[in-house]
Amino acid sequence: MIIPLSKKRADASAELEKWNKHVKKKKKIKNARNMVNICLATMFAACFAVLFLLPIVLTVTNSFMSASEISANYGQVFATSDTGGKVYISEKVNLKFIPDMVSFSQYITVLLKSPEYLFKFWNSVVLVIPIVAFQLLVAAGAAFGFTRYRGRIKEIIFFVYIILMLMPYQVTLVPNYLVSQWLKIYDTNWAIWLPGIFSPFAVYLLTKYMRRIPLSVMEAAQIDGAGEWQIFRRICLPLCKGAMCSIAILIFIDYWNMVEQPLILLADQEKHPLSVFLSKINAGEIGLAFAVATIYMVPPILVFLYGEDYLVEGITYQGGIKG
Amino acid sequence: MHFSIKGKKEEGLKLKPLKKGKKSGSSSQRTRKGKLISAGYLFPSAFGVLLFFVLPFMIVIYYSMIDNPISHEFVFFDNFVSVFNNSAFQQAAKNTMAFSAVAVPLAVVLSLLLAMMLESNIPFKSQFRTFFLSPMMVPIASVVLIWQVLFHYNGMMNEVMGLFQQDKVDWLNSSYAQVVIVVLFLWKNLGYNMILFMAALSSIPKDILEVAVLESATPAQTFFHIKLRYMSSTILFVTIMSLINSFKVFREIYLLKGDYPYDTMYMLQHFMNNTFSRLDYQKMSAAAIMMAIVMVAIIGILFLTENYFGKDVEG
Repeated sequence: MIIPLSKKRADASAELEKWNKHVKKKKKIKNARNMVNICLATMFAACFAVLFLLPIVLTVTNSFMSASEISANYGQVFATSDTGGKVYISEKVNLKFIPDMVSFSQYITVLLKSPEYLFKFWNSVVLVIPIVAFQLLVAAGAAFGFTRYRGRIKEIIFFVYIILMLMPYQVTLVPNYLVSQWLKIYDTNWAIWLPGIFSPFAVYLLTKYMRRIPLSVMEAAQIDGAGEWQIFRRICLPLCKGAMCSIAILIFIDYWNMVEQPLILLADQEKHPLSVFLSKINAGEIGLAFAVATIYMVPPILVFLYGEDYLVEGITYQGGIKG
Repeated sequence: MHFSIKGKKEEGLKLKPLKKGKKSGSSSQRTRKGKLISAGYLFPSAFGVLLFFVLPFMIVIYYSMIDNPISHEFVFFDNFVSVFNNSAFQQAAKNTMAFSAVAVPLAVVLSLLLAMMLESNIPFKSQFRTFFLSPMMVPIASVVLIWQVLFHYNGMMNEVMGLFQQDKVDWLNSSYAQVVIVVLFLWKNLGYNMILFMAALSSIPKDILEVAVLESATPAQTFFHIKLRYMSSTILFVTIMSLINSFKVFREIYLLKGDYPYDTMYMLQHFMNNTFSRLDYQKMSAAAIMMAIVMVAIIGILFLTENYFGKDVEG
């Protein structure tokens, strides 16, 4: 039997329509399921976000409480025998989000009345910025060294770097103190700067990233007559810009919060950064603590807002250049 | 995946066929020159690391083997034996291991879950990302402040528990203390780990995932056979970072509870800190070296597993 061509076509198109309908229906079901999933995920994420944000919000709002309100709320937590009797202390530890009365008294004390906090803030800046800048510089060179011409010796050195990076401060802090005395840099900013600048942390991260640059890119440059310096300067550094930014943020956060190193390596309290002061805060100054902490949070927040995208993109090599 | 052991193979591939025919002599010369120059780039960092990290470590080894810093008499392994038999050290080692064994895997798994959740195209993705990262910005001291308020005996956590008819728990002075520390650790580190995983997830080649869908692989199969393998180097990296940070949690415990916290919070670093403040360098050094040996072993195992699981993918 011969089926005319036109009928064949009609059959086919009917079939196609049926199939399309089927697919659409399936898609609808799938979409609905997706929507539910996304809603659930969003709600879950929102819950997490609230938990994650809680301490920051608390710190900021509590910095607007007056000293008496703070001690009334949290006195019990920090009360020592000598301060305990003087102030009213509620039975419960109230965690308050909104102060009864917004007061700037803490900020006035911190910013205007006692300049020591600002000095300490400045100490932090002076200690941290050179570390971030020069650690990156040194690490970029080292990472390049680890990336080019890899051999057994370099791999071993790299493994040593990883081990050293994993050492807790407490292991090397005392010997570091001895070394800094031997180098006659004890109690100067150099005692903090130098170990910071040569820290293996950035080297590890940057090497891991630089090794992802396709070898062919560097080889192509070499064939075109580029020397090592040009490969470093014109290929590796531009390709690692994002990674360097993200590492800079990590280093900054890490050293902005340092406590142990200044305590051991700087005898002179005048030189201590604000982070040390914050960690030694006691019951009497608890009201100030929130205001100081809020001020201390400003630079990291700015750094984050500026560099968050780098932090995300800089970690894995997604490549502007395809190998 | 360009990591450690594989390095040599790639060097062998380098351009040889191109150059061999013409002037192999000058090319090997050039390689040697390049090697020298690249070592030069390494030098400043290596010198600094030698001075500020390796040399101190040598001093630690030296101190661990003498009887006291005045007479400098070698006793070899006596310090190790006495530290190893010290009950405080045993307690501290047990706590540190227990903490890392719980906190590090939790940090890896939970952050991976968070990353997958954010990858599934939920609204306000970038805002959530910022929120999850926000704990990194808070100064440690104020974190500790807030934690003290939250977990105080009359604090908020117990009040919330009260709503569910639960008894009050003295969080910081009971065996729950370790829970508090793990929560603190997770809170601080999940965000960054999550970012690392998000980056890794987005760099998995799309065509491979599409093929998997075409071949009607279930989501679980795609996850275990494709995504996990492509992320193996990131997983290793996140594990290492979490391990580093799990040792840093001492700072928070110390600020929370001082030199002698509740038993289950007593970490190796407390032990070192306390032996140090008693000027007992030898014991501290011996403890430090034992810790270092354990860590070398752990990292070695991690690298081997990573090489095994990730050898056939390029990441």
